[in-house]
Amino acid sequence: MAISTETSPAPPAPRKRVKQSTGRAGDKVFLGLSRGSGILLLVLMASIAAFLTYRSVLAISKDDTNFLTTFNWDPAAAKPTFGIAVLLFGTVVSSVIAMAIAVPVAVGIALFISHYAPRRLAAPLAYVVDLLAAVPSIIYGIWGALFLVPYLEGTNLWLDQYLGWTYIFDKTEVGVARSIFTVGVLLAIMILPIITSVSREVFLQVPRINEEAALALGATRWEVIRLSVLPFGRSGVISASMLGLGRALGETMAVATVLSPSFLISGHVLDAGGGTFAQNIAAKFDEANPLGRDALIASGLVLFILTLLVNGAARMIIARRKEYSGANA
Amino acid sequence: MAKRIDVSGLTAYYSAHKAIEDISMTVEPRSVTAFIGPSGCGKSTLLRTLNRMHEVTPGGRVEGKVLLDDENLYSSSVDPVTVRRTVGMVFQRPNPFPTMSIFDNVAAGLRLNGRYKKSELNDVVEKSLKGANLWNEVKDRLNKPGSGLSGGQQQRLCIARAIAVEPQVLLMDEPCSALDPISTLAIEDLIGELKERFTIVIVTHNMQQAARVSDRTAFFNLSAVGQPGRLIELDETSRIFSNPSVQATEDYISGRFG
Ligand SMILES: Nc1ncnc2c1ncn2[C@@H]1O[C@H](COP(=O)(O)OP(=O)(O)OP(=O)(O)O)[C@@H](O)[C@H]1O
Ligand SMILES: [Mg+2]
Repeated sequence: MAISTETSPAPPAPRKRVKQSTGRAGDKVFLGLSRGSGILLLVLMASIAAFLTYRSVLAISKDDTNFLTTFNWDPAAAKPTFGIAVLLFGTVVSSVIAMAIAVPVAVGIALFISHYAPRRLAAPLAYVVDLLAAVPSIIYGIWGALFLVPYLEGTNLWLDQYLGWTYIFDKTEVGVARSIFTVGVLLAIMILPIITSVSREVFLQVPRINEEAALALGATRWEVIRLSVLPFGRSGVISASMLGLGRALGETMAVATVLSPSFLISGHVLDAGGGTFAQNIAAKFDEANPLGRDALIASGLVLFILTLLVNGAARMIIARRKEYSGANA
Repeated sequence: MAKRIDVSGLTAYYSAHKAIEDISMTVEPRSVTAFIGPSGCGKSTLLRTLNRMHEVTPGGRVEGKVLLDDENLYSSSVDPVTVRRTVGMVFQRPNPFPTMSIFDNVAAGLRLNGRYKKSELNDVVEKSLKGANLWNEVKDRLNKPGSGLSGGQQQRLCIARAIAVEPQVLLMDEPCSALDPISTLAIEDLIGELKERFTIVIVTHNMQQAARVSDRTAFFNLSAVGQPGRLIELDETSRIFSNPSVQATEDYISGRFG
């Protein structure tokens, strides 16, 4: 005690000054860098939004029908009509299906790797998951088109037979389903590794002391997960899911390979047809005339807004229980 | 309800490292036993062998016996989860479940043990918080998160959580080391009350605290860094602090150590 109070306030004066000034210079550089990149990012976002909006307005002003509710995409016609209803529906439904499948499975795998698997198994499994997360999506797309679509036939029939009464899973046509449901399953497989990989990291971050709190109360392994791991990892899992959802919303090639697109909205997700924003842009962009391109850009703007809304909602969910987050523990 | 602990020939390892060796001792029911000794001598390790928390650490391994009354905690038929429901633990750093309310924190152990009616839970939570001398401070905000309390309150919340399941033994590993003197005093008073109902073992680096709260004191030491810790002597606290039978104990207590 006495020693520390004597030494700390009186270090050699010049050395102190030198040290402070370098510290300040470092701070300034860092401040400049971070402020600069922050501004750059905002400017970039704003100019993307401005560009999209400008071109969209150009396109929409030439179309008499309602852009949001039209079930058609024909900007090259003498009287151009196009609308994003089908694309919005297909994108949202396929993403919801993908999330509904991928998130629970990913959390399960992540928990298995982080809390159940013996160490010898956990390390290679984690490695494989990280590797899968890095595989380009086109690989999954080809795999999906070649293997998944034929094999999903049985699943579709099963769903039709047992869940057909729900209307959603009522399959009204025969044959291989290049449907929104198939797209959803494929997207689920594609985003599974990234969600798993990030969730696993998050679950490993749970402080030992929190897990021991549950253990010392006589919690079983599952109860430790329920009491300590999941509450701690919740916001991380939401962020991981958003990463996955971002990929699902923007996925182009894989969707284009398995879906047989059409401009129809059908509540029967097992039937062929439908489309997504990204798939539609990829399929139409090359042969589109200038108005067609602007129309596609307008649909891109809607995807942009959709992504912002979803992310905002996720942030609100995370923030809503912030006082319970343990940040102030 | 309070039980006697008989440790015999207990050795604990972290992988290849032997942390404590051949410890034999008895902890009397309805009393406070303090573990003292230099850092690294294995006090926490020994404490954690008493509720089978040691084996939770990767590489943690135990040889020897720990009898709770007459049941060996380490016999193959005993489930460590059951042991931990019988032998409660309070940690050095307060560790309430951060996402849970004060109420849910205290009720957590009960909810693990089975289904309770809301009114039963209310009663137990109130009784436990009163038992931990925290009721008056939190009774108006039971639904607020436990992590919003001060450090001393959080530690008392952890004590309430531990006593809510009515354990037979309460283990405390330096429960006051992160707290201010007033909170420390509050917890020491609490320990004095709790020993009427529980067998208490407390690890402390604070000699005055050991002298104030404990009935019996165990002194541990290690011959050199990296060597396993051993029990040097265990006796009435008054004797340990006035007239210990081993020179090393006297050296440690009077600060003439190392
Ligand atoms: N998780 C661990 N892995 C490996 N070795 C450990 C671990 N925890 C403790 N040890 C070792 O076991 C020995 C006893 O440690 P322990 O924590 O029981 O000592 P302690 O008496 O509680 O010390 P302190 O008073 O500092 O808390 C020490 O040599 C320590 O290095
Ligand atoms: Mg310790």
